[in-house]
Amino acid sequence: MGIFTDIIIPGLLLGGIFALVSVGLSLQYGVARVLNVAHGEFIMVGAFVTFWLLGSVNLNPLVSIVVTAPLCFVLGWLLHSTLFRRLMDKSPSLEIFEGKSMLASFGLLYVVQNIARMIWGSSNQTIEFLNRSVTSAQIPLNRLVALAVVIVIGVGFYFFLARTRLGKAIRASAQDPTTAGLMGVNIHNVLAICFGFGLAMAGIAGTLLSTLFTIQTSMGLQYTVIAMIVVVLGGLGSMSGAMLGGVILGLVSAVVTYFQPTWTMIAYYVIFVVLLLARPKGILGKA
Amino acid sequence: MKTAMTIKNKTGGVRGVLTSNKLASLVLLLVIFVVLGLVPTMTKGYAVTLITDMLRYIVLAVAWMIFSAPTGYMSLATAAFYGLGFYMAAVFNGRVPFPVIVMLAGVIAFIVALGVGGLTLRLKGVYFAIFTFALVLLVQNVVLEVERVVTHTRGRFVQTMSPSTTYYAMFLVVVLTLAAGFLIRRSRYGLALQSIGEYEEAAAHSGINVVWTKVLTFAVTAVFMGMAGAIVATQRTYIDPYIAFDLNQSFLPVVMAMFGGMGLLVGPVIGAAVFTEIQEQLQTRFPQLFLLIVGLVLILAITFMPNGILGLAQYVWRKIRGGRRAPT
Repeated sequence: MGIFTDIIIPGLLLGGIFALVSVGLSLQYGVARVLNVAHGEFIMVGAFVTFWLLGSVNLNPLVSIVVTAPLCFVLGWLLHSTLFRRLMDKSPSLEIFEGKSMLASFGLLYVVQNIARMIWGSSNQTIEFLNRSVTSAQIPLNRLVALAVVIVIGVGFYFFLARTRLGKAIRASAQDPTTAGLMGVNIHNVLAICFGFGLAMAGIAGTLLSTLFTIQTSMGLQYTVIAMIVVVLGGLGSMSGAMLGGVILGLVSAVVTYFQPTWTMIAYYVIFVVLLLARPKGILGKA
Repeated sequence: MKTAMTIKNKTGGVRGVLTSNKLASLVLLLVIFVVLGLVPTMTKGYAVTLITDMLRYIVLAVAWMIFSAPTGYMSLATAAFYGLGFYMAAVFNGRVPFPVIVMLAGVIAFIVALGVGGLTLRLKGVYFAIFTFALVLLVQNVVLEVERVVTHTRGRFVQTMSPSTTYYAMFLVVVLTLAAGFLIRRSRYGLALQSIGEYEEAAAHSGINVVWTKVLTFAVTAVFMGMAGAIVATQRTYIDPYIAFDLNQSFLPVVMAMFGGMGLLVGPVIGAAVFTEIQEQLQTRFPQLFLLIVGLVLILAITFMPNGILGLAQYVWRKIRGGRRAPT
């Protein structure tokens, strides 16, 4: 039982969070082709909006998802339909666009992080929410709730992609934007919506993370790095890959933390490097 | 007006505006070098530090561009090599003379870059960018862990050098970097790199040792980054892995190179100098808003100046001079 309760369960719970952190990035890169270095900053925004709502109107952190997700969606939609659309139209090739949009998102990182710092300062904040254990296995309730939310969102988004007309348009745009455009898909709008969805997921992840960990305005980059590793692990642009990659990384993190906590970051990179070299397309990526 | 003829190369950049005025540019270059060489004797203090800072970013931006511009491989590993040099300077500080430290830093950066390049330069496009992005943090964490286990500390104290020594050392590295950039661009290696960027498989089929060319150039540019790091480290009193391996050092050179324009070697030089000055001005005038404005400048520069200052200048030049001719 020791290994099961100490490694597998915490690993799966953490993996769920990692998955949510990463699905958004996967969506942004997979469809909109923006490798968003500022992804983690929107997680931070989600976390701090939750914190602020709890402090000012005493809103339940779970309910504040209905604020953070639309807020981030609108931000993402606006960003894509102004900045990234322009970059895309001006870039002679997709590769150049990828490079430029990554650099632009690096500028975005500075902007978002510093605006947040002006509003919320740079000190650590914590939210006490459902911070008690359930059963004898010492599983914190807030982590279970977070995992449940992740699963609901994951399944919901899967059905959205698989069953709706817009979902079909998104999948088509991911495969071949030009042809999708010829088939009557409003490509710019679909890409902007995808970018918005990606940020909305970052916002939701931020809300959930704020109930689990200490938050500060400089927290974004570490989640961006985790998200990048997870996304490459699962296969760039593959939603289910990002989910799977998140769970794998969560388990790895739990195993390494169990033996030597200071090695977690190094272990992530070792896995990342090995995987990039052995199978650069990721576990579920298409060649 | 033969002197104003511009020769367009394939990538769209203009190579050698004023081709027959080479002598004039050479003289100008010499004058600039001599003036720069005399700076520490004319002024003391702030100006020397500021220009050292500009020179550092010139090294990083030019070194980045030598490899990444022709090949199209977007390297974000600058901070890893720069940081290695930086940290080596802290480790060897006081044990060996300064020039040896700088050379050691270059050698270590070279070896690490050779290994990393050999492992990763098979990766294409965005994978390479992500990998090199993560490399900085990997090296940072490894160094932290080594320090924790071996020395039980997190940082090191460094004896500082005088600003003029640092200045001259950096100036020398700038000259070396520019010379390397110039020679590589003119040599078979430069052509090989360019053809790798255009069509890697075709380059391989026409007899270029693709892997070796990429890895070697990557490693050679890392030498300059490592040396620059070692020199900058002598201006700090305290160094820890968080200071040494700073992701900004990966992104800023890229931004500066793009800001200046990547068609010619002088592009990143202008970009680095101008951007450092902008940063410096903002930092003193709006310390609170400094990074916010840097971010905005970055986004605006990428959006509205796709070919940088150089591209803008060439555009204006063409408008003035080229109106009488049909576009070539």
